[in-house]
Amino acid sequence: MKSLNDLKKIKERAQAMTELREGTEETRIVVGMGTCGIAAGARDTLAAVVDEINTRKLRHVAVTQTGCIGMCEYEPIVDVIRQGEPKVTYGRVTPEKARQIIASHVVNGQVVGDLVISSK
Amino acid sequence: MAFYRAHVLVCGGFPCVAAGCRAVRDAIERSVKEHGLEREVRVVETGCLGPCDLGPIVVVYPEGTVYARVTVGDASEIVDEHLLKGRAVRRLEYTGHLPSVSLTDDKRTDYFEVQERIVLENVGLIDPDSIEEYIGRDGYHAAGVALTSMSPDEVIETIKSSGLRGRGGAAFPTGVKLGFTARAGADQKYIVCNADEGEPGTFKDRLILEGDPHKVIEGMVILGYSVGASMGYVYIRGEYYLSIERIERAIEEARKYGLLGADMFGSGFNFDIEVKKGAGAYVCGEETALIESMEGKRGEPRQKPPYPGTCGLWGKPTVVNNVETIANVPPIIRSGADWFRQFGTPTSPGTKVYTLTGDVNNKGLIEVPMGITLREVIYGVGGGIPGGRRFKMAQTGGTAGGCLSEAHLDIPMDYENLQKAGSALGSGALLIIDDSHCIVDIACTLLRFFEHESCGQCTPCREGTRRLCDIFRKTRELAATEDDLKLARELAEVMQSSSLCALGQSVAVPLFTIMDHYADEIEAHLEGCCPAGVCRRLPTGADEAVCATSQTGGGIK
Repeated sequence: MKSLNDLKKIKERAQAMTELREGTEETRIVVGMGTCGIAAGARDTLAAVVDEINTRKLRHVAVTQTGCIGMCEYEPIVDVIRQGEPKVTYGRVTPEKARQIIASHVVNGQVVGDLVISSK
Repeated sequence: MAFYRAHVLVCGGFPCVAAGCRAVRDAIERSVKEHGLEREVRVVETGCLGPCDLGPIVVVYPEGTVYARVTVGDASEIVDEHLLKGRAVRRLEYTGHLPSVSLTDDKRTDYFEVQERIVLENVGLIDPDSIEEYIGRDGYHAAGVALTSMSPDEVIETIKSSGLRGRGGAAFPTGVKLGFTARAGADQKYIVCNADEGEPGTFKDRLILEGDPHKVIEGMVILGYSVGASMGYVYIRGEYYLSIERIERAIEEARKYGLLGADMFGSGFNFDIEVKKGAGAYVCGEETALIESMEGKRGEPRQKPPYPGTCGLWGKPTVVNNVETIANVPPIIRSGADWFRQFGTPTSPGTKVYTLTGDVNNKGLIEVPMGITLREVIYGVGGGIPGGRRFKMAQTGGTAGGCLSEAHLDIPMDYENLQKAGSALGSGALLIIDDSHCIVDIACTLLRFFEHESCGQCTPCREGTRRLCDIFRKTRELAATEDDLKLARELAEVMQSSSLCALGQSVAVPLFTIMDHYADEIEAHLEGCCPAGVCRRLPTGADEAVCATSQTGGGIK
């Protein structure tokens, strides 16, 4: 440790580790993990979401799960909630589509129109 | 830095370890692996989360869901339901909020509103074994700023104007203490962190060291810089295994990152820390006895003056500070004296960490601003007394602290007001006792402790503690007279004025507060009645067999 700058570099890297515990995320991604979701392949979708966040080294994103919301035929269902914007619900999200949603919506703010089943 | 969608924090404070948290952690890790979640879920062992009687405690983020009294059998359910499917396991959920769970305001509720976290800001929130997590929460920033842009005098000035006072018991202004050592001319000076907390019922230093060891290291670096010391020691109880393990690992990590060692932050300042283990003697918490013990001698207090500030370890100027005091230093340097003064009262700024024990619903580790009342602590944070029983007594500051009665429930708890009430803030133990206990019985227990812990060096303490024990045992057996109690008072007064160190001097503190605040109850014992129904007259002839003191005869020691 030779200067305050060295410390700052470690700090920036390290903050990514604990920010999840502070409730300061800007985007929340919710994956439906009810029985219907799991049966439709939500487990792989969830893994793809986490993997994509890792690959892109995204910050201030939280990934949570939810149960069945009653639209079983559209599972796997993924919600994207960006701070200050309406919640967007995507249906039939395969792992590939999940990666697409992250690239387009989470990173660039562009809703992936043809996958949306509800937005409010 | 890999992204994990969930963090599972398992409380690894020693009360939770005792409750079996390690096995729970292993079970969760196993189950996470079984479900193939190891790349999505991170399991972290953290420091004490606070409510120790609810352990083992597990917190799942990002939701901040708290699970209490988790067993090994519950582990797979938590993983299966919560971590895989996102359904919180309601039957294990603890709905009261913990201040350690999140620092964001919206998660705080009234229940824990009185808590304010400075010392414990990271405890229960980070992995104590990860220096990077500490750095991520502004760790070592204060040390960096102090070493690169402040003069040693400026550091001392900041601590002085923050009004920080020693949190180990004596409440001496920390800045003034530093000033003594800074001015002393010597080729070598030392910083000693007193982690020999021996007050029964106190375990806050242990939990601070376990939960956030780097904060103590950073504090010692700053103190070392301010007085010109290049070496620091952590004197710690030998039986504090987990604290020793964590602080030793933290020191190693800090060395690896260049946050201990030569030329830190390019400032030319060198500092290193070593851990010294004590053998667990109460008297070694006294700073000069502690120094004697560090030098490899018998742990007996020294004659003062000279004070350690000018002539301490190996005869060199030495700053001895309590763990909690040291942990206050980095936040003060980081955020300034004015920031620190906004907490607490004008004469006692800041917060105090207490270990809340006894007859109270929420036992555990708390940090509250100075000056809050006993009532707020017991009925607010503490959640009241079990079974709706009546409050009888609170002892602050450990066995050597004073006893507060119902009449003191509303006095602000800070140095001055507690002193006025005949007590002291002391080490931060807060023992709550309800009305099912007898005051004479309590006094016996306290005095027995002092008798046992007296090192035997000076006569007033060695003999005084034993005689006081005798008198109160006699009172407990409903056989004492008014003269006995007069003698007890006289003895304690002599001990207060003539004992060599604080051990003997402070016996009077709990004793006088008990004798003053509960005079009626003690008097009833002289008339052969114990109002609480605890004490009994021993059958004739039984005394000899029961009373250990009379058995050994009290002759040559």
